[in-house]
Amino acid sequence: MNTPLLQVENLRTYFHTPYGIARAVDGVSFSVQAGQTLAIVGESGCGKSMTALSLLQLVPEPAGYIEGGRILFEGKDLLDRTWNQMRQVRGRDLAMIFQEPMTSLNPVFTLGTQLVEAMTVHGTATRMEAEKRAVTLLERVKLPQPQQVLRQYPHELSGGMRQRVMIAMALANRPKLLLADEPTTALDVTVQAQILDLLRELQQETGMAVLLITHDLGIVARMADQVAVMYAGQVVENAPTKQLFRNPQHPYTRGLFASLPTRSQRGRDLATLEGTVPQSTNWPAACRFEPRCPARWQTCAEIAPKFLTTKPDHLLRCHLYDPDIPDRPQAPSLQEAMKTLESAGRTVAPIAAVPNSEVQP
Amino acid sequence: MVMDLQTLLLNLFATALPVVLIVILVRARRQPLWAEAYRRLRRNRLAMAALVLIGVYGSIAVLDSVHWKNNRTADPHSILDRMTAWVPVERTYSAPLSTVTVEPKPHRTIVRHLLGTDANGKDVLVRTLKGCRTAILVGVVPMLIIMPVGILLGMLAGYYGKRVDDAVQYTYTVFTSVPDILLLISLVLVLGHGILQVCLALGITGWVGLCRLVRGETLKHRDREYVRAARALGVSDLRILLRHILPNLLPVVIISVVLGCSGLVLSETILTYLGVGVPPEMGSWGNMIDAARLELAREPAIWWQLTAASSALFLLVLSFNLLGDALRDAVDPRLRSS
Repeated sequence: MNTPLLQVENLRTYFHTPYGIARAVDGVSFSVQAGQTLAIVGESGCGKSMTALSLLQLVPEPAGYIEGGRILFEGKDLLDRTWNQMRQVRGRDLAMIFQEPMTSLNPVFTLGTQLVEAMTVHGTATRMEAEKRAVTLLERVKLPQPQQVLRQYPHELSGGMRQRVMIAMALANRPKLLLADEPTTALDVTVQAQILDLLRELQQETGMAVLLITHDLGIVARMADQVAVMYAGQVVENAPTKQLFRNPQHPYTRGLFASLPTRSQRGRDLATLEGTVPQSTNWPAACRFEPRCPARWQTCAEIAPKFLTTKPDHLLRCHLYDPDIPDRPQAPSLQEAMKTLESAGRTVAPIAAVPNSEVQP
Repeated sequence: MVMDLQTLLLNLFATALPVVLIVILVRARRQPLWAEAYRRLRRNRLAMAALVLIGVYGSIAVLDSVHWKNNRTADPHSILDRMTAWVPVERTYSAPLSTVTVEPKPHRTIVRHLLGTDANGKDVLVRTLKGCRTAILVGVVPMLIIMPVGILLGMLAGYYGKRVDDAVQYTYTVFTSVPDILLLISLVLVLGHGILQVCLALGITGWVGLCRLVRGETLKHRDREYVRAARALGVSDLRILLRHILPNLLPVVIISVVLGCSGLVLSETILTYLGVGVPPEMGSWGNMIDAARLELAREPAIWWQLTAASSALFLLVLSFNLLGDALRDAVDPRLRSS
């Protein structure tokens, strides 16, 4: 395997909070191959967005800071760069699109002005060239009447159109890696599919790599080549998409899958993972998933699990698969685990019920 | 036309602010956000009336600002002086509407002192008009110090936070912990008597409010997603501040500047009344009110000088406030539905 485009090693991003230091990203490692898509999946609050922001070194200051680790982009560590050197990378080699297309555009400028700025800021194009390319870019993201859109203001467009403009801005300098932080969460379902198709098409055309952050496994199946599952600031499982979908091994990943609605479960309650992600100031000492894990035993609360390679390409952080843990039980098979999860899923009381309802004539 | 340096400076400064504001507004009118605000302002009759009134005061001030010498008079006379030169000096304290006989060749006409005359027999209406220039100057010139200082420091403090913010906040906290009027008086005493000095003093003490406002607004915009998106595109800090944040601050800044003008006009009067404002020979409402202090004690009371000066002051301040409020209604993002 040749050197990956992006390789993140043991990245740690911490925050000072009134309750102590919050370890939002705590020892995350993954890599992205050129032209491929890596999806980072996980519940809210487990450090997905902070990982992406850390790559650009745009962690919200002054509370947040990058404690340590390495971010190798084309073999060079981005953390060695100064603020100004970093600025040259942002938008040119690494571009980012955000979750909220509604607020990610400056309300007082036309979209044309903002697109042109995106291109001229790195000196890659003169104003004249940029204005011409802006039209082509908008055509590429399939916005109708690009000439007119350039003269419009953000509030005159719908959410889907704005996200297309954001994508156009991100693509303006032909980045090698696109960071997409939940690009479709704020959009309607129908628009979501269009935007994802567009992203995939553009990826094939330009050969850029995509780091896709999402909590939607449906999107992962559709888009990603490789999946990293994050929990509580750590990657708990990292595998090629097909392999992960065929055989998820970490109890957390299995929990995520069990909570997906499928046809075979129609009519039954959905399994849920009990509890929520713990506070990032106060992660559990050993295994971070232990308090919520259906397969936990004594050791899980005592020793922190190692990051193991179970199969080639399949990385995992769980005692169940660690040969060095002597008292580990047999790892449950997928079917068994799913069954336990489904039966453990508490029956949720209906939110609204209408007793003895009779329709009055 | 010969002007001394100080007058020249003052006139330049006083023209600069309206010109800057008008240029900003004309440029901004092309944007839908501002075009909408402009439309709302136009519909507000009270605001338009206030604007016209401010315009009238302004024109009188302009007429009084252009002056030159001729061979008959030693002192330079302004256009306003020349326009009112026919009004005769009368007996001390003629009551309002008292008749006067004017004898210019070839006709004899009878006119009235509409607002009476003062202790020196000068027409009170003319004196009130002479006060316009001082009021407008003091209302506008300090803004040329307040705006750059307030906006610059406020934006730096809000955007960079940490040490910069600490330094700026410390500075203005120290400034505000001294009573304003004491600071003003001591500054004028140090800088010397004169209208330029008063403007300077008002500018030095007046930037705190605007700075605080701009700091808060910048703080709000700094973490907006469009700023984050710009940063992710590799836009430099300077460019983010000037191109992305500043235009979004303009509405609040313009409102606060217009409202601030009325405060400045009032402080001039107060300073002059206390004897640390503009020099007594200069026409100013503060001087008139100061003179009226003794007149009210007379029997019968001489009320017209006080009334004229305070009404003129009241109308100007009211206009500024009305315009400011109307601007707020027209552009305030919180009141705007979108």
